[in-house]
Amino acid sequence: MIFRGRVWRFGDDVDTDVIIPVQYTSGTDLQEFGKHCMEGIDPNFYKKVNPGDMIVAGKNFGCGSSREPAPMAIKAIGISCIIAKTFARIFYRNAFNVGLPILECVDAPDYVEGGHEIEVNPDTGEIRDLHLGKSFQAKPIPRFMQDLLRDGGLMNHLAKKLCK
Amino acid sequence: MGMTITEKILAAHAGMEKVTPGDLINSKIDVVMGHDLSGPAAIEELERIGADRVFDREKIVLVPDHFTPNKDVRSAENCKRMKEFARRHQISHYYEVGEMGIAHALLPEKGVVLPGDVVVGGDSHTCTYGGLGAFATGVGSSDLAAAILTGELWFKVPDSMKFVYHGKLQKWVDGKDLILYTIGDIGVDGALYRAMEFTGETIGQLPMSWRLTMANMAIEAGAKNGIFQADRVTEEYLQGRAARPYKIVQSDRDAVYANVREYDVSTIEPQVAFPHAPGNVKPISQVEDINIDQVVIGSCTNGRIEDLRVAAQVLRGNKVAPYVRLIIIPATQEIYRQAMREGLFDVFLDANAVISTPTCGPCVGGHMGVLAKGERAISTTNRNFVGRMGHPESKVYLSNPAVAAASAVKGKIANPEEVAKN
Repeated sequence: MIFRGRVWRFGDDVDTDVIIPVQYTSGTDLQEFGKHCMEGIDPNFYKKVNPGDMIVAGKNFGCGSSREPAPMAIKAIGISCIIAKTFARIFYRNAFNVGLPILECVDAPDYVEGGHEIEVNPDTGEIRDLHLGKSFQAKPIPRFMQDLLRDGGLMNHLAKKLCK
Repeated sequence: MGMTITEKILAAHAGMEKVTPGDLINSKIDVVMGHDLSGPAAIEELERIGADRVFDREKIVLVPDHFTPNKDVRSAENCKRMKEFARRHQISHYYEVGEMGIAHALLPEKGVVLPGDVVVGGDSHTCTYGGLGAFATGVGSSDLAAAILTGELWFKVPDSMKFVYHGKLQKWVDGKDLILYTIGDIGVDGALYRAMEFTGETIGQLPMSWRLTMANMAIEAGAKNGIFQADRVTEEYLQGRAARPYKIVQSDRDAVYANVREYDVSTIEPQVAFPHAPGNVKPISQVEDINIDQVVIGSCTNGRIEDLRVAAQVLRGNKVAPYVRLIIIPATQEIYRQAMREGLFDVFLDANAVISTPTCGPCVGGHMGVLAKGERAISTTNRNFVGRMGHPESKVYLSNPAVAAASAVKGKIANPEEVAKN
């Protein structure tokens, strides 16, 4: 599967309080999570995103709390994939656990700008910026994580194992 | 080639002789902790996949500490769900309001987490228990659910970084200043994916509460865990608390570290982290006039009895400045009672502070002290991200309890030396 979409740019150290403030995290309503996605930076972010769009960010994306609604909110508004130089470790686990593909790439965030159209192959880690006509190579997603994504997250993966 | 404490604990729990950084392992878990935000989300997941069961009712800890006593109907529903789960599965360590405290202060106090353990919690500050010499790390609610169900989780063995502290601490400097200074030095991703091992002659003399404070903030440097060598201080702390036998693990002399940082603590002043990152620190002598509206003394970082004692030392005979709110939150019921017995409550009440039942409330902008647009707070908590304590246009400064108390008296960020009457 190849993702294709428009890029939304964020900087370094985007924290989970910005991604979704804690007061909106106690329910289970995904659409509700989405309405507060990136509220600390742009309260209307969720209205601007089209399904399939991608986030490109700098280092330490998702730092802070362990709240799983952070990747859930991003997934809920239709973001297909996040590319960053590095991710905070709990966010990294949580993203795969909720079935949201994320890729670590050292150089793409230095070139890819907001509004660019990009294509991403999550299996190989290849990122193509159609606007720049340039390709980048992200770290491939470990096999185990690919299994999680294929099953739609950790709990669905476990459920499948339990059924066997 | 030897192993670090972190590597040894993970190897032992994966049933392996040896592990090296980068290895993917499956680890047994000794203690799994959930609170009133992560717990119900994990329970929901377990029910959704039709696996409403637990791997070991003795090894699961459920603590309603965030939005409790229930702040609204939604919080009440969440807590009810967790309580019903605890009752249904006869969870040994369920702490109802009245027994509960902030989990990261409560679990060490109750002797539930011990040196050499692998602990996971549905809370990023689970790394606190590294103060006792445990491998402890935060996870999201899916990992929490998986750990409750299976008693195992996968980990990538982290590289370790060693932090060595020498010298004698200045007056009014405590563990909070050491960790803020360290995060200021390496940055908020300076230990990303890594273990932070705290060592050196200064560390050996730190009380348990300060070690817990330092380990608590390892996550603010991006670390997977923070860890201390368990020693005589640890054993004294655990005497009469430890609920089961434990094993003290030491790093080998030839253990390998990705990086070693050394600090002479005698040059470190009380630190203040400016908005909006815990690594954005300045020494107190370089902080200019910053007026404040609210002061919070408490949380999993600094709500222990030692923290309250130093706050009282600064507040004794002083009053909180006009138009400033000082909110003091003992982290557990035991700390609350101890503070009351020692007469600290009289000092706080005489100063016009409010004293709250244990809760994480204000630290996360939940309740018990939320900030309005444009308001500024100084707080002994661990995060000062945008909107952390309330309105996205409010600001949070982080400090130790002495600086926070002095600031409440002055109405602006202040050095305790200017305020304490001794």
